[in-house]
Amino acid sequence: MIKKEADWIQELPPNQYTIEDYDGGEARWCPGCGDFAVLSAVKRICRDNQIPPEKMVAVSGIGCSSRFPHYMNTYGFHGLHGRALPVACGIKARRPDLDIWVATGDGDCCSIGAGHWIHAIRYNMNITVMLFDNNVYGLTKNQSSPTSPQGLVTSTHPSGTWLPPLNPTLATLGFTNVSFVAQTVDWNPPHLYATLNAAYQHKGLSFVRIMQRCPTFTPNLFDPIINDPTRLILLTHENGIEVEPAVEKKFKNKVVHDPSDMTGARDLSTLEGKLAIGLLFHDPNTVIYDEFTNHGLDMDAGDKLKAVREEIARFAI
Amino acid sequence: MSGTDGSSVATPAGKSSGGANGAVVKSEQIVEIVSDSGEGAQKAGQTFGTISAKMGNGVWTVEIIPAEIKPPARSKAGASGIRVRIASDNVTNMGDEADLVVAFNEQVLYGRIEQHAYKKGTVVLLENKWAASPMAEVQKQYTEAVKEFKRLGLDVREMPLEEKCLEFMPDPRLGKNMFVLGMLCSIYGRDLQKAADEIAVVFKKKGEKVIELNRSLLQAGFDYGRTQLSDLSVEIPPRKEIPPQVVMNGNQALALGIMASGMDVVAMYPITPATSVSHHLAGTFHRAGGILHQAEDEIAAIGFAVGASYAGKTACTITSGPGLALKTEFLSLAVMAEIPLVTIIVQRGGPSTGLPTKVEQGELLTAVFGATGDNPKIVMAAATIEECFHFVIVARKLAEEFRMPVLLLSDANLATGVQPFPRPEPQAEWLASPFDQSPWQEGVRAYDWDHKTGMSTRPIPGQVGGEYVLTGLAHTEESKVAYEPEANQFGCTMRSRKLASFQSTLRTPVINGEPEGDLLVIGWGSTLGAIDEAVANLQADGRKVSSLHLRFLSPLEPGLSEIFARFNHVMTVEINYSDPADDPLVTVENRRRAQLARLIRSRTLCDVDCWSNVHGQPLHPRDIYDEIIGRLDSTNGGEVK
Ligand SMILES: Cc1ncc(C[n+]2csc(CCOP(=O)(O)OP(=O)(O)O)c2C)c(N)n1
Repeated sequence: MIKKEADWIQELPPNQYTIEDYDGGEARWCPGCGDFAVLSAVKRICRDNQIPPEKMVAVSGIGCSSRFPHYMNTYGFHGLHGRALPVACGIKARRPDLDIWVATGDGDCCSIGAGHWIHAIRYNMNITVMLFDNNVYGLTKNQSSPTSPQGLVTSTHPSGTWLPPLNPTLATLGFTNVSFVAQTVDWNPPHLYATLNAAYQHKGLSFVRIMQRCPTFTPNLFDPIINDPTRLILLTHENGIEVEPAVEKKFKNKVVHDPSDMTGARDLSTLEGKLAIGLLFHDPNTVIYDEFTNHGLDMDAGDKLKAVREEIARFAI
Repeated sequence: MSGTDGSSVATPAGKSSGGANGAVVKSEQIVEIVSDSGEGAQKAGQTFGTISAKMGNGVWTVEIIPAEIKPPARSKAGASGIRVRIASDNVTNMGDEADLVVAFNEQVLYGRIEQHAYKKGTVVLLENKWAASPMAEVQKQYTEAVKEFKRLGLDVREMPLEEKCLEFMPDPRLGKNMFVLGMLCSIYGRDLQKAADEIAVVFKKKGEKVIELNRSLLQAGFDYGRTQLSDLSVEIPPRKEIPPQVVMNGNQALALGIMASGMDVVAMYPITPATSVSHHLAGTFHRAGGILHQAEDEIAAIGFAVGASYAGKTACTITSGPGLALKTEFLSLAVMAEIPLVTIIVQRGGPSTGLPTKVEQGELLTAVFGATGDNPKIVMAAATIEECFHFVIVARKLAEEFRMPVLLLSDANLATGVQPFPRPEPQAEWLASPFDQSPWQEGVRAYDWDHKTGMSTRPIPGQVGGEYVLTGLAHTEESKVAYEPEANQFGCTMRSRKLASFQSTLRTPVINGEPEGDLLVIGWGSTLGAIDEAVANLQADGRKVSSLHLRFLSPLEPGLSEIFARFNHVMTVEINYSDPADDPLVTVENRRRAQLARLIRSRTLCDVDCWSNVHGQPLHPRDIYDEIIGRLDSTNGGEVK
């Protein structure tokens, strides 16, 4: 009898995590905020990859989007404005066993934290970076961001933002040792999921720019693209990000793009009035800083003491 | 020491007696080698110091550093080189005026005279090639200088240093430093074999040929000294029984302390005079299981260290004043979120870029207070090179135990000073214990503050059931963002209470001298040796002066008010800025006092005076002595009103 049962009752592995296992505090974003979509995509990825909650650290800076770690039931680090990346790198340096996810806003990453952004790309540590790009400062209420489109009316530029926007994707593609750059949008959950999941699988720093709607300050900013599906271009390739055929079918505009093609990636990141989503660039053979920082992790006390003694002996008289 | 035109030398003092082989026996000697930069003076001096330490003498060496990297040759401002103080006893500071100086040109000597480095009778061994310079201007400068030096009472001996080296090499500029080393070895009766051995160590990377050449130069210098300078012979008997010693500078001691403390990560951004700590770690730290991360800036460096520490790995960041300014936001986060972290600050002259290579104790108040909001953190200062080593170990333990940042102050004086000290024997208990990965105890919160002490244990990522989100926002014991006003009050109270708990474990500081008297001198950091020496001389003169040296600045060591009450006057001696009390616009109320004085006044409500300057130089015992005598002999002995 018992044996028979075993044939038809599927036995759950001991650590079968469900979505609820990743539920942190109740998210306090504005209704309609694009951040909710990212949060649920990440929770699904955690479940689908069975990431033990104690082995994940969500690291962020300051901003609406940087509240992200509070809404996950994993370890989290909600630190300083602009400084998520150095913290994430420091954690990863000596804890290769931890999965590090970084949530950072366009002000957080591309303005106050821009120096760290350049260098984190170059360190290329094994972490997943999500840039929540709502083109505006949300938390501090509607100031211009470096990614605000020229002319956007904000609290600091009431007659329209003066300067042309910084393009984080193009910039990242220009940083030395870049290894994974993708774009996606908050309003296409399957693509968001597929992109972040591919980013998570990548070994090295994966940089994902997520076009994120801010219902309070930039509610209509992405309307031209949302309302005209031909303006949203899906990047496809056998080495790209795979989406389900049903999802792929919905795209009116598709471009086959080999993610090893840097020139193509740069062109696709600068389309006028259009947005290319998917994997822009991927180089699996870059230098990974973790390989240097993971040195000596399991050295025991005896070996350490021996080395210290020898070093001291060099100064003996 | 005082002069009207800056070109003065002091009247000599010191003990001596007759010794063997015609050598005069002295308890100590101060020797300088000054030159244009890049002439190897420091290498010769360091080697001379090491040989002397190996022979059992107490030693202190301090580099003479010009402000610019490449100052013009033959200029006063370009004076570069080294001072070596050797004694029969332990040496704790660079002392007052030198007894002997080797100068590679007369202009750099002018520079040192302006800094009151010499006294009447100081022997000057001066390169004489300038007398025959093809440039008439140089000839003239040289001749005039020699006349002037003699007028000042210096015992000038002109000598053909480079010419003597020409026998061995075509460009004697590169070799004369070892010739000089040989000369000094003969004058001070140094063991020539030890010197030859040391040359092998110094030039190891350059190969056997170079070692041989330098040994020949050493021998030539030694012979020259023996035949031409025998009247200068001095014997400095070694110390008696001493435990096994090591000899190094303060930054090397910090680097070794970091290794011995079991530190896992050091993250830094280069800045003088802190950088060389990382140089010492770069080739060796991995052998003790640690990593050195050169970050893109000081903020990233501390962020990296904070991240590593959050993840359960012991971490440290190293910087100087300008870098500390950049790190303050992260320091507040470490306070707020209770992340253990060691921050080492090797101070230099400020404000701003200030005097990058010079000594100052100007970061005390920034270390104690500089950060957002209320910032209880532990601040300690090493007073000796030996303490540079041991205090890193203490700092790491305190950071972990009290779950807070610990700032360890050193300075340019300790960083470049070289001194022997008892050889440390590394202990297993000095190392950090492995990070905990056992399941987190159910029901214990992320900040489960003990209400009496403020202490709590932290969950480390990887611990099942310990998941929490660290935040720099005001938070509850569960690390949830706090929306109640009381929560912030409570969190601040708990974090502050940790300092009080820690202070209750500290001992009352030891008084050097009688527990009561006319004046108590208080110092902190690298001034210990100079203050002690000045105070010892005052006590020998029958003055009722004692001193006290603080190692913990936050919290302050306990019992200070009671100690102060037993002295008529209390003053600090520091190397940072204070308004002179007699400045026309300065009043008792608006006077900006030296940093420790301000700190102690606010903590003890005692009328603590101060004496300080920002000349960028280590303090001379003589200057401290003179200042105190002046005060004791003035009518009120205390603050000039
Ligand atoms: C050092 C510092 N400077 C400024 C701020 C104020 N501040 C907080 S979030 C923010 C910008 C937020 O914009 P963004 O990073 O784009 O994130 P969003 O809120 O839009 O998600 C600013 C300026 C701060 N917290 N710290």
